[in-house]
Amino acid sequence: MTKYIVRRLLQMIPVIIGSTFLIFAMVFALPGNPLAGKCGERPCPPAFVEKFRADHNLDDPLPIRYVKYLGDLAHGNFGTTFQGLNVLDELQKRYLITVKLAVIALLFEAIIGVLAGVLAGIRKGKFIDNLVLVSTLVVISIPTFVIGSLAQTIFGVKLGWFPVTTPSKPGWYDLLLPGLVLGSLSLAYAARLTRTNLAENLRADYVRTAVAKGLSRPRVIGVHTLRNSLIPVVTFLGADFGGLLGGAIITERIFNIRGVGGYIFQSINSRDGTAVVGAVTMLVIVYLFMNLLVDILYGVLDPRISHD
Amino acid sequence: MRGTTRTVAIAGVSALALLTAACSGDSGNGTSSTSGNASASSSDSATGAAGGEISISGCTPQNPFIPAMTNETCGGDMLDEVLARLVHYNSDDAKPELDLAESIETTDNQNFTVKLKQGRKFSDGTEVKAANFVKAWNWNRAGANGTLNSYFFDVIDGAADMDCGLVKVKDKDTGEDVEQPDCEKKPAASEELSGLKVVDDYTFTIKTTEKVSNLLVRLGYSAFAPLPDSFFADNGKAYGAKPVGAGPYMMESYDPATGAVLVKNPDYTGDFAGKVDKITFKIYQDTEAAYKDVMANQTDLLAALPASALQGEKYKSDLPDRTAEKATGTIATITFPSPKADKTYANPDLRKAISMAIDRDTIIKTILANTRQAATGWVSPVVDGYKADQCGEYCKYDPAKAKELFTKAGGYNGTISLGYNADGDHKSWTEAACNSIKDALGVECKAQPYPDFSTFRTLITDRKMKGMFRTGWQMDYPSIENFLAPIYGTGAGSNDGDYSSEKFDTLIKEAAAAADPAMANQKYQEAEAQLAIDFPSIPMWYGKAIAGWSENVENVKITPFGTIDLAAVTKKA
Repeated sequence: MTKYIVRRLLQMIPVIIGSTFLIFAMVFALPGNPLAGKCGERPCPPAFVEKFRADHNLDDPLPIRYVKYLGDLAHGNFGTTFQGLNVLDELQKRYLITVKLAVIALLFEAIIGVLAGVLAGIRKGKFIDNLVLVSTLVVISIPTFVIGSLAQTIFGVKLGWFPVTTPSKPGWYDLLLPGLVLGSLSLAYAARLTRTNLAENLRADYVRTAVAKGLSRPRVIGVHTLRNSLIPVVTFLGADFGGLLGGAIITERIFNIRGVGGYIFQSINSRDGTAVVGAVTMLVIVYLFMNLLVDILYGVLDPRISHD
Repeated sequence: MRGTTRTVAIAGVSALALLTAACSGDSGNGTSSTSGNASASSSDSATGAAGGEISISGCTPQNPFIPAMTNETCGGDMLDEVLARLVHYNSDDAKPELDLAESIETTDNQNFTVKLKQGRKFSDGTEVKAANFVKAWNWNRAGANGTLNSYFFDVIDGAADMDCGLVKVKDKDTGEDVEQPDCEKKPAASEELSGLKVVDDYTFTIKTTEKVSNLLVRLGYSAFAPLPDSFFADNGKAYGAKPVGAGPYMMESYDPATGAVLVKNPDYTGDFAGKVDKITFKIYQDTEAAYKDVMANQTDLLAALPASALQGEKYKSDLPDRTAEKATGTIATITFPSPKADKTYANPDLRKAISMAIDRDTIIKTILANTRQAATGWVSPVVDGYKADQCGEYCKYDPAKAKELFTKAGGYNGTISLGYNADGDHKSWTEAACNSIKDALGVECKAQPYPDFSTFRTLITDRKMKGMFRTGWQMDYPSIENFLAPIYGTGAGSNDGDYSSEKFDTLIKEAAAAADPAMANQKYQEAEAQLAIDFPSIPMWYGKAIAGWSENVENVKITPFGTIDLAAVTKKA
């Protein structure tokens, strides 16, 4: 197991280098000059342009800029944004908030989603199954920003149960409503995935054997069937966690959360390559670790999948 | 040229904001059921007239807090409260009033003597002296410092000597030889503006390169603010994070993610003190979120309401009696391409015909939710020297006359195109304008989107933009001159269409030399009249600011700059 993990960690190095180069090349290949909109409808003063380009290595060819960037990265220096702020500091603050938000969403979709899926799966075709199917269909078909805005207007502005927008240093409660909104879509998928897999596995031979052995129904479902049925769900949730970290842009905007998604969006708009590459590189690393975690979990859920 | 960056920053979500509004449209009287004291830390003064703290919606500053480096509203709004300048703009009509200056005198519009009030202090306790101005302006203009607002100081004698020498280098993209300033190889000839002289602690003189009749008005811009001695110790590094000014408030803390906290400057003795003790700028990525917070009384002030609230005047029921509007010093225009890029629009009659074919009033009413005022000239009505109807019949919708003029001009061969940046809120009105042109003139017209503001501006600056394109202007200082000289002067920085008229340039020069303001204004108006003959651009409309506030504050006033006069706001008792 340890050997496996070490091997996987070593494999990450070329992946990180390759992906950062791709991101770097793509970000700096974007059309438009970062200075074009900076001075409004007039061109920037030449002296400012010169200083700005020199400060941000904009005059070097792309490979040299990339090597310089990697060199800084190796020293833990993610560079500075066009505003002169340290990217790493910004990212640390923002990741703290985003991770909190993603954890709420993930817990919500994992617990409620799997529970709803199990209930629907064991009572296939009954009322509860139809209820889960219809309600998840509704959630899937309504865009997140509609759900988010509605929830904000009803629970924030009208009822006052939750803060309308999150304060600058949000606690768990402040992020609860946005987290639920963010998790609602994946919850629907998780519930449907669990339901289908569980219903299918309940017809498997080993389940009949377990029932014939005289095991109780909760044990047959909870231990034997569910464990097998969760493998695709865990794969989905693992990949989804990475997605929640970077892709919460809409939810972040609605609730004014100072998270990573909005940071990337804002930085792309202002052509702030250093900030984009830094933030996305962090995302790549998170994805890689989540993948590793999911692969290890496979072994726990199904001992037949061995990593040695 | 503040404000444009902000437009870009919030532009991306406006479509989304519109949609969300449609789906949450049940908020007929949205504020009635919420508790009013969510963020109210009740004021300790008995009358509620002074003291207490308020919060205002802000956005992320794009530059360090150095006056000469701040050219957009996000940072500018915060900095404005911290700084004091020689003159202060009246919040009703933008008339300049003396602030740090005791007097500013001249006999020839070229040599000015500035006398300072004694005893005015920076928030670090040091006194504001003449050297603080001279050193600050020298630093701001110095080529090696590369500031964004350096062009404001071009008017002072000796500014050209502050530029670094040009060095030939190969352009990385095109491989052509281009000239770039290089301060290491060819340092500037001088590090001081020869036109500035300190006479004594409270007096200095300014000599301008040529006659300037509106210098007094210009001196109110924040780039002209004095800088304390501590600024020069580390070239503004510490200052950029925490500015020190002589204004009514001082910056207690700033965090890019959360915002700025301003508290009263204990040393302030000027005439423009604020009423409240503490102002918090909360940073929002989206004005839609800020608007909801104002509805729930969690944020007190919002200077520009989101598009979703303006649709169908929804804000009037959301914030009953808690909104205000005012014309601001901005104008939207459609500029004809530079002859270097596209010669097909050269005929002034064709230009006038297109202008007359656009039904401004209907577009404002149906698409822009009455948030603009149709333009009748090239100068905003908020500035001194404004004269109505300078554009005359050419800015009035008249399809019959437009068609007549169009035929006289020989028509247009091909499709008229109107460029806009797709990340702003420009799609609907440019398309409507094009339809109006199509209907009136019977010529094809296409609204042409470009992905974002920076791509759009690059094409314009490089003179590669074919067809007409949208332009906007927000005044730097409240003067008629600012709407003419920088945009239509030959070779001027923002002359995107490369307009050039000898008569216009001469009139601008004469106006700058005029002995009294009335005389100067008249000359500027004559220059504007010349634009109505050559028609370098189509005036579309003037901007209007619509602000909203929570139940916790009163006495909210909008300035001609579209900002909220924070000195006047009070906490409700």
